[in-house]
Amino acid sequence: MNYPVELLYSKTHEWVKEEDGVVVIGISDFAQDALGDLVFINLPEVGDEVVCGEAFGDVESVKAVSDLICPVSGTVCAVNEELLDSPEMLNEEPYDAWIIKVENETEREELLSAAAYEAFCAEEG
Amino acid sequence: MGSYVPTTPAEQQEMLQSLGLNSFRELFAVVPEEMYLEDGALNIPQGMSELEVIRKVSAMAEKNHVFPTVLRGAGAYDHYIPSIVKYIPAKEEFLTAYTPYQAEMSQGILQSIYEFQTMICELTGMDVSNASVYDGATAAAEAAAMCRDRKRRVTLISAAAHPDTIQTVKTYCYGTGDELRVVPMKDGKTDLEALKEMLTADVASFYVQQPNFFGMIEDAEEIGKLVHEAGAMYVMGCNPIALGVLKTPRDCGADVAVGEGQPLGMPLSFGGPYLGFMTTTQKHMRKLPGRIVGETVDSKGERAYVLSLQAREQHIRREKASSNICSNQALCALTAGVYMATMGAEGIAQAAKQSMSKAHYLAKELCAIEGVSLKHEGEFFHEFVTLMPKACEVLEALEKADILGGLPVEGGILWCATEKVSKAQLDKAVAIVKEVLA
Amino acid sequence: MKLIFEKSAAGHRCAILPACDVEEYALSAELTREVAPKLPELNEQEISRHYTELNKRVHGVNCGFYPLGSCTMKYNPRIDEETAALPGFTQVHPLAPAHTVEGCKEALDTAKAYLCEITGMDDMTFQPAAGAHGEFTGVMLIKQYHDARGDSKRRKIIVPDSAHGTNPATAAMCGYDVVNIASAPNGCVDLEALKAVLGEDTAGLMLTNPNTVGIFDENILEITRLVHEAGGLCYYDGANLNAVMGVVRPGDMGFDCIHLNLHKTFATPHGGGGPGSGAVGCKAALAPYLPKADGIRVKSFHGNFLVVIKALTYLLTLGKEGVPEAAKNAVLNANYLQSKIKGTFTPAFDRICMHEFVLDLSNFKKETGVSALDVAKSLIDYGMHPPTMYFPLIVHEALMLEPTETESRETLDQAAEVFRKLFELAKTDPEYMHNAPHNAQIGRPDEVRAARTPVLRYSF
Repeated sequence: MNYPVELLYSKTHEWVKEEDGVVVIGISDFAQDALGDLVFINLPEVGDEVVCGEAFGDVESVKAVSDLICPVSGTVCAVNEELLDSPEMLNEEPYDAWIIKVENETEREELLSAAAYEAFCAEEG
Repeated sequence: MGSYVPTTPAEQQEMLQSLGLNSFRELFAVVPEEMYLEDGALNIPQGMSELEVIRKVSAMAEKNHVFPTVLRGAGAYDHYIPSIVKYIPAKEEFLTAYTPYQAEMSQGILQSIYEFQTMICELTGMDVSNASVYDGATAAAEAAAMCRDRKRRVTLISAAAHPDTIQTVKTYCYGTGDELRVVPMKDGKTDLEALKEMLTADVASFYVQQPNFFGMIEDAEEIGKLVHEAGAMYVMGCNPIALGVLKTPRDCGADVAVGEGQPLGMPLSFGGPYLGFMTTTQKHMRKLPGRIVGETVDSKGERAYVLSLQAREQHIRREKASSNICSNQALCALTAGVYMATMGAEGIAQAAKQSMSKAHYLAKELCAIEGVSLKHEGEFFHEFVTLMPKACEVLEALEKADILGGLPVEGGILWCATEKVSKAQLDKAVAIVKEVLA
Repeated sequence: MKLIFEKSAAGHRCAILPACDVEEYALSAELTREVAPKLPELNEQEISRHYTELNKRVHGVNCGFYPLGSCTMKYNPRIDEETAALPGFTQVHPLAPAHTVEGCKEALDTAKAYLCEITGMDDMTFQPAAGAHGEFTGVMLIKQYHDARGDSKRRKIIVPDSAHGTNPATAAMCGYDVVNIASAPNGCVDLEALKAVLGEDTAGLMLTNPNTVGIFDENILEITRLVHEAGGLCYYDGANLNAVMGVVRPGDMGFDCIHLNLHKTFATPHGGGGPGSGAVGCKAALAPYLPKADGIRVKSFHGNFLVVIKALTYLLTLGKEGVPEAAKNAVLNANYLQSKIKGTFTPAFDRICMHEFVLDLSNFKKETGVSALDVAKSLIDYGMHPPTMYFPLIVHEALMLEPTETESRETLDQAAEVFRKLFELAKTDPEYMHNAPHNAQIGRPDEVRAARTPVLRYSF
């Protein structure tokens, strides 16, 4: 399992990184492995308000659907539409396959460092 | 009494004893005494042998009157059903199987649904079909639900749709707390001026029935343009036989095309079981409710069929699912598939043309009678409304001659003709009307 | 096998309609479709053979054991098909004058009277077409009841976590917030959890009894009393009525409305997924809210009428002794099979069950690596339909078996023997089971591919 040190993580298994004042969000390697082969993703639209701790979309495997929980509050400024056609990118390259970008961040939940997240996953797993 | 329990009382006793029990009451020990029904407490008649049951139910059926000539439609159409269409769905395996959850032992059902989906897509011109829903009315209600999003919640429906469809959509909207607004009619068709005004920014979709409840052919392409200009989704409810000749919903710009599939080989049956079909474009595929069969490959790389896109459905999405549907009308979809294969494109076009031609012949002959006129001007398919005096007497006289006349609606009579009625039958009906009105 | 479109040959046809005997009406070009649909071109024998070939690739109740939990795959008597095919029923227009359809009315009234007696309800509608459709109708009765009293604060429907997925989906369709409550360790309703969520905002509770793990909730009277005390109503999901019909009545358990699955409990065939009939019964207080001309409507006309005829035929056949006999033997067969399997796979709840029981294969999977899915797929090689898999959600690696009353002791013994063989095989050759089935119509299908790149129709 891969836990890149330059990223921050939520306890609901999203990764977060900041790029020029914009928050980029995806799902962790641990999450994609637990979810299994992902077949579809429901994305929000650009301009939607997202709220810290609430779902901003969901990912589907063949027999399950899991909410994507937003670790920050703000406005969606970009969504990765490539994932609509190629959800397998979430399984293959979870840290390249960003899902949404959020600007005007107003709130953020307490996020974990890579080491703390790895320990958290070890406990859950 | 009849019974389908194969074990004998002696075997049952042995089985109970193998569980360490002496009686059925002990098996139901958890059921509190105050609510347990003792033997014989159930207040329904004693059971009967097969022969007695056949006699009793046949006697009920005989209390109904079967009209050899049916000139009434209004959502249930008396088309000719080819013989083979009755035999295939009666095959015991098709008949008694459950939903094809286990693809490895259900390829026959899955393939038949995949073929049905393809045929319905061909008929409507749309990209994707589901495996069926309950009927045309619920298909319209499900379509309204799939078109709503966070910003657009209001559903519009034409007043010229089937009254049961309007009432069903209204009930579903009441359920979710969303608003349904009925767009008025003008001369038997949707009032386009009114529609334009009602297409506000909160409107999710507009539903029009083609041909409409009064048989009129709507300006479906024009309506499509208006709906899309307003940023709403366009839902068409189509008669599948009419699609043998009429412009497809795809050609009219529909985002969702639904309809009552009963004309595709299902008998009148006092209203059911019928078949709701439901199709959409590639873009809205994942919003389509209900079961959908998809093609894939098996572990050996061979072509195979499965229930697909299941993550949309209630058993996975639970309270977040847009619909709770699970059972559909699979055997009716099979029936429709066999009907479409038997008739072929040419046969369905023939059924459509003959129904339309006979309805126009009937209208012409009726309107030749003094005092009879068409209520609405414009193109109609195989139904039309006449205005005439003494409507009740006319229908009674027809009934005495074993003809089920049109349906009384809005001060007129809604007539229907299909390919099944002959010119002679139509002439006889017209003669009776003439006699009553003379 | 080939698709029907791949068998099509230009010019092959069936001669069905005569030439038109009136003047042909010509539709204007702008209303006419431009391209004809590509429907198959075949003659009648070709059609017959195609569908016969498909039919051979279907496992029906007539083919063999079908212990699909929650689905009540009992034998579907053929006399029911015969009565439903009587021309007096099939050739009647739904809008024919009332005095010409008195037989239909008699049939519906008779079915209603019997089913009200069996369920302990006062009134009933046959309009809903399936179980989930019945649930929608039933919860809409509850909604109208509260609305009519101006009791608009009731926003919540309580659903146990063991419920069928349709229950929460239904509540959402009726505009309610769903409150999921965790089950007690014995699989039943946790009374404390229930009390904790009941209140002025409770619209109702949706429950199956026996529940989805096949256990009759002994506290049922207490449960319905608590809900009523809070001002809510109790909805009975009739999916599991086969365990108790003629033995206990939902009305006597305190339920206010119910749906029945005529296609489960009352032996009408499932047809590969439908049509069913989801009759909804209710107590007198809710009767004013049943579908009617100036009220709610959930479907065109009068529902799946012919399915009601099949169920009525079944009821007339069984009668007052046969109905409870069926329930009692459904429960006996389930317990007999559970006890026979118990030496191998582990029941999730080791006690007397009702009409179905759940096996918990989570330890078995840890020990052998063989999953519930592997066992299910292996059963196919023995000509047996697998049980319901991975449901209810509160049991991991669940297999849910419902043998029904129409199976003989020999069939149950044979099924238990198959389970024993698979239990042993998992220890010696788990790999073989991972790849099962081996002798089926197809190998395991690639469902990920089907969902990622959907191919939902044939491309010409």
